[in-house]
Amino acid sequence: MTKVSSLTKPKKIDRGTLISIVLICAVYVLAFVLEQVMPSTSMLFTVLKKGATYALVAVSMNLLNGFTGLFSLGQAGFMLIGAYTYAIFTIPVAQRLSVYQYYNGGLVQFSLPVIVAVALAGLFAAFFAFLIGLPVLRLKSDYLAIATLGFAEIIRAIFQWDKIGILTNGSNLRLFPTFTDDFNIRDADGNVVLYLSTLVPFLITGVCVAFIVLLINSSYGRAFKAMRDDETAAEAMGINLARHKMLAFCTSSFFAGVGGAMLAMYANSVQAKSFTTAMTYEILLMVVIGGIGSVTGSVFSSFLFVACSEWWLRFLDQEQVWGGWKVPLLRNGFRLVVFSLIIMMVVLFFRKGIMGTRELPDLFRKRVKKTGKESAKR
Amino acid sequence: MSANVLHLDNITMQFGGVVAVNNVSLDVNEGEIVALIGPNGAGKTTVFNVITGVYAPTNGRVTLRGKVIAEDHPRGKMRKLYTGGHMYEYHHTVNNTPDKITKMGMARTFQNIRLFKSMTVFENVLVAKHMNLKANYLSSALHINVREEAQMREDTMELLRIVGLAEQRDEIATSLPYGQQRRLEIARALSTNPSMLLLDEPAAGMNPQETEDLSAFIRDIKDRFSLTVLLIEHDMNLVMDISDRIYVLNFGALIANGTPAEIQSNPDVITAYLGVSEE
Amino acid sequence: MFSTVLPYLLSGISVGGQYALIAIGYTMVYGILRLINFAHGDVFMVAGILMVYITANGAPLYVAIPLVLVVTAVIGFTIERVAYKPLRSAPRMSIMISAIGVSYTLQNLVLYITGGLNQFYPSIPFISETITIGGASTRMVTIVTPILTLVLVVLLVLLINHTKIGMAMRAVSKDFETSRLMGIKINSVISVTFVIGSFLAAVGSVLYFTNYTTVIQTSGNMPGLKAFVAAVFGGIGSVPGAVVGAFIIGICENLLKGLDTILIKAGISTSMFGFTTFSDAFTFALLIIILIVKPTGLFGEKQTEKV
Repeated sequence: MTKVSSLTKPKKIDRGTLISIVLICAVYVLAFVLEQVMPSTSMLFTVLKKGATYALVAVSMNLLNGFTGLFSLGQAGFMLIGAYTYAIFTIPVAQRLSVYQYYNGGLVQFSLPVIVAVALAGLFAAFFAFLIGLPVLRLKSDYLAIATLGFAEIIRAIFQWDKIGILTNGSNLRLFPTFTDDFNIRDADGNVVLYLSTLVPFLITGVCVAFIVLLINSSYGRAFKAMRDDETAAEAMGINLARHKMLAFCTSSFFAGVGGAMLAMYANSVQAKSFTTAMTYEILLMVVIGGIGSVTGSVFSSFLFVACSEWWLRFLDQEQVWGGWKVPLLRNGFRLVVFSLIIMMVVLFFRKGIMGTRELPDLFRKRVKKTGKESAKR
Repeated sequence: MSANVLHLDNITMQFGGVVAVNNVSLDVNEGEIVALIGPNGAGKTTVFNVITGVYAPTNGRVTLRGKVIAEDHPRGKMRKLYTGGHMYEYHHTVNNTPDKITKMGMARTFQNIRLFKSMTVFENVLVAKHMNLKANYLSSALHINVREEAQMREDTMELLRIVGLAEQRDEIATSLPYGQQRRLEIARALSTNPSMLLLDEPAAGMNPQETEDLSAFIRDIKDRFSLTVLLIEHDMNLVMDISDRIYVLNFGALIANGTPAEIQSNPDVITAYLGVSEE
Repeated sequence: MFSTVLPYLLSGISVGGQYALIAIGYTMVYGILRLINFAHGDVFMVAGILMVYITANGAPLYVAIPLVLVVTAVIGFTIERVAYKPLRSAPRMSIMISAIGVSYTLQNLVLYITGGLNQFYPSIPFISETITIGGASTRMVTIVTPILTLVLVVLLVLLINHTKIGMAMRAVSKDFETSRLMGIKINSVISVTFVIGSFLAAVGSVLYFTNYTTVIQTSGNMPGLKAFVAAVFGGIGSVPGAVVGAFIIGICENLLKGLDTILIKAGISTSMFGFTTFSDAFTFALLIIILIVKPTGLFGEKQTEKV
C-alpha cells in the first residue's frame, strides 16, 4: 500500500488536508468569538497577537533555512526595516509634527492606509534583501550566517544614526511612537461594537502563511528543496542557483518585513535598539523546536514560545513563597534560563523538533510504515 | 559521418601545479555512444566537469553543435604554472554555469549518486522539469498554472513508466536499491529533455546481470529519445557492448581512441591498465 | 596632529591584542571542526563575570586570576563535550544551531545571576595604572597587551609546529577523517583546542575588562563578533592571520571612533559626522568585503571541492 504523498497530484483533496482546513477555520472562528466574549485586556489576546506575528516570521525563516537550506541570521534586520516603514507611513498627518519634533515634521508628509503600509513594509524589506543578497548569497553556509548577521547589525547601526533622524526620529535617542488603532469597530458613542483586534493579525498571518505553503508546494518550492538537498545536482538539473537563492531570500525577507510591521501595529512604539541578534536567535530557536522543514511546526512552536514566555511560565520569574518556604531559584530571569535549557535539550536530543518534516495534514492521515531506510537526517 | 555534437579542443585542466587533464581533444557525433575509459584518477570525471561547466578549463575550447560553450586560457598566477601547450590559441573567455549547459540540452549523472535525498522518486524526476517552466514565479507560487503542472506530472509519470520505476514513485529516492537509484538518476537527467546525455560510471557497483540490463536500457533510451551519449565507465563488458567509439585516458592525457575492437588490441591501453608485463 | 591620533592608535593596539586572544579560539576551532563557535564570545564574557564574583567573595588577585583562567578553560572543555561532541556526525546546521543555543543559554544564565545589573571589574594593580605615552594618557594595559599577546602567540605557534599534539592538530585541521584513521585521538585533539582557545579568551578578558570595566551579559557579543571577523580576515585556520587581522581591526575601529575629532582638528571637517556609530558597523562591512573579494583571507588557503 503506497503512502499518498502530499505532492503527487490528488484527484480530490485527501482526508488529511480536509481535516486540517476545517481545523484551521475552527481556530479562526474560536479566536473571533473569544474576543467578543472575553475581556479585551486578557493575556490571551496579547499572546495570540504576538504569536501570530512571530509565527509569520518563523515560517519565513523556515522557508529560507529549512526549505532552501540557506542559513541566514538576518531576520531581525528585515523586521526592523518593515517595522519602521510601517510606522513612518502610518503616522496620521495631524501628528507628524509632534512625533518628529526635532525634524520639522519628518521626511514623509503623508499617511497611508494600513494594508498599503504593510505591503510597503514587506517590499522595502525585500528590496534591501535583494541588495544584500547580491554579494552574500554565493557564500558557503557558515559564512552566509555570519555575513547576514553582520548586515543585520549594520542595518541597526544605520537606523540608530542620528543623521537620518529626519526619517527615523533619531532612533537611538527617541522612541518612534505608532498610531495604529486597534481595528475594533466602534459605534457612534465610541463603544466597541465588534472586536477585531486579534482577527486582523490572524488574517494577515493566515494569508501570508497560506502563500508560503502554496509556494513550497509549487515547482519553485521543489526547486528550493532540491537546492537544499544537493546544490550541485540541482544546478546540473537546470536550476540557476543565484536566481533561485535570491528569490527565496527576498520572499523570506518580504514576510519578515510584514512581521516587523505587525510588531509595530500593536506595540506603542518601535525602537531600533530592540531588533537585536538575540531576536533572530529566538526565532531560529522557534523554528528548530517546531521542526526545521515544517511550516506547521513553526506556527505551533511560535505560539507555544510566546504563550510560555508571556503568560504561562511567567511564574518562574516571580519570587514565590509556598507555606512560608521561599522557593529557591525563582526570580527574574529564571524563565529565560529554563527556556534555554529546554532549547538545548531539543537541539541535542530531539533534533527533528516537534513536527520533524510533517505538516498538519500528515497528522490526520493513515499511518503507513515507510518502506526502506528512512531518508536524510536534517 | 553524422553531424558533430560535442567537440573538445585541446582541453587542459590544471589545479595549481597538478595537471588533471592534459590536452584532450575529442568528438562525439550525432546518435553515437562514445565511451571515455581509463584507470582510476585518469581525469575522466574532470573532463565531464569541464564540459558541464563545473570547472572553467585552464586552456582550450568546448563546442556544442558548433557553438562555443567553454573557452579559456591561462591567466594570472596560472600563467606561470601552466605546463601545457597551445597556450595562445584560445583568446576568448567563455564560461557557462552547469544550469545553462543543461538548458542547452546536455544532461549528466554523477559518479557518486546525487539524488535529492528528502524527495520521492516522483519528485526527483518532476523537479528536473522546473527549468522548462513557462509560468513566472508568482503564477507558479499561487498555483495558477494548473494545466502546466498537470502536464509536467503526467510527463513525469510517463518517464517513470518507461524506465520501470512507476511502482516506486512515492518511495524516498535514497531508500531504493542501488541499481534502481542509478536508473532514477538517469531518468532525472532524461526529464530535462536533453539531446545529449553524459553518464558518469552508470554501472558502478552493479553485478553482471544488472550491467547487462543497463546495457539494454541505455540503448533503448538512446533510440527512444534520439540521444547522443558520452559515458565514463570502468566495466569493460558494458563499454565494449554498447560503445561506437572509445577514448582512453591515462594520467590526464589521451593515449588511444578508436572502435572497441581497435582499443582491445591496443598495446598502450593494455599497458595502462595492466602495467608492463615482465618478460 | 600626531598627538590627536595617538590616543586612538594606542587604544586600537590594546583592544586589537585582546581581540587577537579571542580570535585564536575561533580560528583554531573552525580549522578543526569547521564550526563557527558562536558561544566563544560568551565564554569570554563569563570569564569576566567569574572574576567579578570570585574577587567579590574575598579571594585575593593572585588566587583569582589563575582560578579564572582554569575555570574558563574547563567551561570551554565542558561546552564542547556536552553540546558539540554529540552532534559531530550531524549535518553542519545542527551543530551551528547548538552553538547558538549555548550562546543564548550562557547569556540568560548570566542575566539571571546578575539580575541584569552592570557588574564592575576589579581593578588589577600594575596593568590598570595610568601612564603617559607621547603626551597621550592611557593605562599600563595598553603596553602589556600587545607584548603578552605576542608572547602567547609565539608559544602557541611553537606548540603547533614542534610538538606531537601540535602536529596532531595540524593533521586534523587538514583532513579530519584520515587523521582518525591514522589513529590520532580526535577527542583529545579537539578538547585541547577548546581548552587553549578558552584559556586565551580568559587572558583576553582580564586585559579587556581592565580597560572597559563594565561587565554585563551582552559584553561578549561585540568583541566576539569582531574577533571572528578578524579570524576570517586573517584567513580562517591560521593563527598568525587571526592575530594580524585582530590588530588591524582594533586599530581601524578606534581610528574610526576618533575620525570625527581627527578631521576637525586637521581642519578638514567642521562638524561631527557621526563616525562613532559606525565603528561597529565598520567591522561588519570589512567582513563582507573580505568574503566577497578574498574569502580565504590574508593568509588562508583555497580549498577545492571534489564533485
